[in-house]
Amino acid sequence: MQIDIKTDNVEPIRNTFAHVARRLGTDKVASRYQEGTLDIQSEINFHYRPLWDPDHEIFDRDRTAIKMEDWYAFRDPRQYYYGTWTIARSRQQDSMERNFSFVEKRELFNSLDDEWRQRVANVMLPLRHLEYGANLNNTYITAYGWGTAITQAANFAAMDRLGIAQYLSRIGLVMDGNSGELLDAAKQDWMESEAWQPLRQLVEDLLVVDDWFELYVAQNFALDGLMYPLIYQRFDQQMAAHGGAAIAMLTEFMVDWFAEHSRCVDAFLKTAANESAENKALLSEWARLWSARAAEALMPVATMGVGDEGFTTMAELQDALQTRGQKKAGLDM
Amino acid sequence: MAAKKMNLREKYTRMTRDLAWDFSYQRDEDVYKQMTMEGIKIEDWDKWEDPFRLTMDAYWKYQGEKERKLYAIIDAFAQNNGHLNVTDARYVNALKLFLTGVSPLEYMAHRGFAMVGRQFPGVGAQVACQMQAVDELRHVQTQVHTISQYNKYFNGFQEFRHQHDRVWYLSVPKSFFDDAVSAGPFEFLTAISFSFEYVLTNLLFMPFMSGAAYNGDMATVTFGFSAQSDEARHMTLGLEVIKFILEQHPDNLPIVQKWIDKWFWRGYRLLTLVAMMMDYMLPKRVMSWREAWEMYFEQNGGALFEDLARYGIRKPKYWEQSVVEKDVISHAAWGTFYNYAHAAPFHTWTPNDEEMEWLSAKYPDTFDKYFRPRYEHWAEQEKKGERFYNPSLPMLCTTCQIPMVFPELDDLALTCYRSSEYEGDTYHFCSDGCKDIFDNEPEKYVQSWLPVHQIYQGNCGGATVEDVVKWYHMEDGVDNREYLHSPDRRNWDKWTKKATEEEVPPKTAVG
Repeated sequence: MQIDIKTDNVEPIRNTFAHVARRLGTDKVASRYQEGTLDIQSEINFHYRPLWDPDHEIFDRDRTAIKMEDWYAFRDPRQYYYGTWTIARSRQQDSMERNFSFVEKRELFNSLDDEWRQRVANVMLPLRHLEYGANLNNTYITAYGWGTAITQAANFAAMDRLGIAQYLSRIGLVMDGNSGELLDAAKQDWMESEAWQPLRQLVEDLLVVDDWFELYVAQNFALDGLMYPLIYQRFDQQMAAHGGAAIAMLTEFMVDWFAEHSRCVDAFLKTAANESAENKALLSEWARLWSARAAEALMPVATMGVGDEGFTTMAELQDALQTRGQKKAGLDM
Repeated sequence: MAAKKMNLREKYTRMTRDLAWDFSYQRDEDVYKQMTMEGIKIEDWDKWEDPFRLTMDAYWKYQGEKERKLYAIIDAFAQNNGHLNVTDARYVNALKLFLTGVSPLEYMAHRGFAMVGRQFPGVGAQVACQMQAVDELRHVQTQVHTISQYNKYFNGFQEFRHQHDRVWYLSVPKSFFDDAVSAGPFEFLTAISFSFEYVLTNLLFMPFMSGAAYNGDMATVTFGFSAQSDEARHMTLGLEVIKFILEQHPDNLPIVQKWIDKWFWRGYRLLTLVAMMMDYMLPKRVMSWREAWEMYFEQNGGALFEDLARYGIRKPKYWEQSVVEKDVISHAAWGTFYNYAHAAPFHTWTPNDEEMEWLSAKYPDTFDKYFRPRYEHWAEQEKKGERFYNPSLPMLCTTCQIPMVFPELDDLALTCYRSSEYEGDTYHFCSDGCKDIFDNEPEKYVQSWLPVHQIYQGNCGGATVEDVVKWYHMEDGVDNREYLHSPDRRNWDKWTKKATEEEVPPKTAVG
């Protein structure tokens, strides 16, 4: 389309929205992340108290014990708003689609010996239920959190976790030729096998955590911070040594996702911890409490995955999480 | 090994419902705390029919593609000064109404659907609601990003966030969505997914998008089209929700009917703003409010309610009144905004001769009789340099928060007033519909943040209109008042090289 407009005398009268300019300190051209995020949530003059929580406003700073002078101090290092998030994920899913068809076409699972094949099914497939719990927890944070900076990132994480639960389900279906038997067996393990009960209990306990920021720490820092390295690094390495290259292809999304997600989690925690000594103490306590529980709950899974090295592996991962908490997330652990 | 073929339904079940399990370490009622608060009885969540079977990978694929295209067009629009292609700068005021009044509701929908996406026990329902939650975030953000270009060249957009929570007429959309979000999860879905998205969406979203198309606003048309496939999903969810609740237990029917009555009326009253936009704010008109109401509610809505009759649902209470009022509400609303143009962050004007003819033709029974004389009088005043601004504050309906401008059914010349007593105080309403809503839940509606009351109580920056306008972050004479005297118009004439007519200096004093 040809547009013939003389533009020489068309000067903008301002560069961004006034609430964005106030935050930037000056009226300069703002990014789409900034215009789509800053102050987008209503903060005052709510008309009615929620019937489901009459002690609070519809959105309420008091739904967490964390206190912030400015809830838009949080900044997603990925600068995700809906557009950038969904475009990034569409690229990743493209690549996953290619990986799945490659693995299926070449029947790459056949290179995995039977014992390891069973181990993959035993260790990875029940985790789709954990991912679903993580989806609900991040949806909770999206719903009841304060400030779009955090809540939108939680919404993306929630949908990412549903996506991961679905990728894990597909792995199960690829492995048994769509019979669904492996997924059924994995669910039975999740429900009944002794090894999975501490983890299932932890996931169920997280579903009733009231303080959304505590839940953020428990799920996104503590549990994920131990589970992802355990499964997608340690277990993955062992599999690779036993012909499990196919698995590495089908978990590419999870590996990339965790690296990216952790950057965001660390940035948010650091911002909150740097705000005040009270925040720091609270966040650190939550991180200690929930990572201890997560380590305990993951222990039997680690043994299943990496055998005798399970104990030392978990100890190393806990150390690594502690270092990450201190160095990157500004916590005392 | 040859892979077994799975049908879509089986596969989708594996990808969603099969992810959930029966809790044994926590009780259901502690995980899903809101399930019984409304008295809705659900026997079997597995009976939920997934209205669309979309896995996340497919979702990302489609949505990513749509976003790439949309942002390419928004970029091109900015680069080419696309805002100069609209019919007339008066049109831009419709967008101001949209950004201040509608986009913040998209955000509320985002959070509201996240709430129900967490509160419903069925995974099918959870996932459908969660996808809508993230879609609604998309909508608010694409709208802000599109309109960002207009904000750079026109006044009245720049404080949309601040104003949505404060300005008198914006309490109409804000209280509407606050009402839905503060209700329980089933009422929220009945309100938003069914009554609003399914029954009334053609009267909210589409008039703005068609208005944009008719008036050369390619950027808005693009986000409108791009949102349409999301909306289609949201509408199917709306219908599925109602059918599901009704099929689950016969005791649910009276509760749902009451909600449909309430939310039809709440939504219909909110659409007064759209009616006004359609009839007065589009330099090139798409169709009249009256025609839109006939087509989308009387015909399409009628067919829907006939279809729902097998569940025992009847048409919403007071729908007959909406049919009588279709000849009146847009004019009454524009007249109100004309009166209070000094207190709203967009411009108003009197219709020109050609537009008056269009209004007469579209509203043969009411326009010439009740409304034309007012506009002619106001236009005359304006020519004399005495543009009318009403110095008083209007009385608002406690429920819908619109000033009392609606007529009695049997005499359109009479304004309808209703009232109720509650705990020793009197509350006022614009209609029987709004009075009923209050009477059913007085303890909720006595909490309303009514802008006029708030001004009188000194909560809005001060006692004078000037104080309040300042508190609204409106620049007097720039963001508000008569279009003819506005900087928007001067800039537009300059940019489009139109000779600016000799201007009547604006009166600064109110009254």
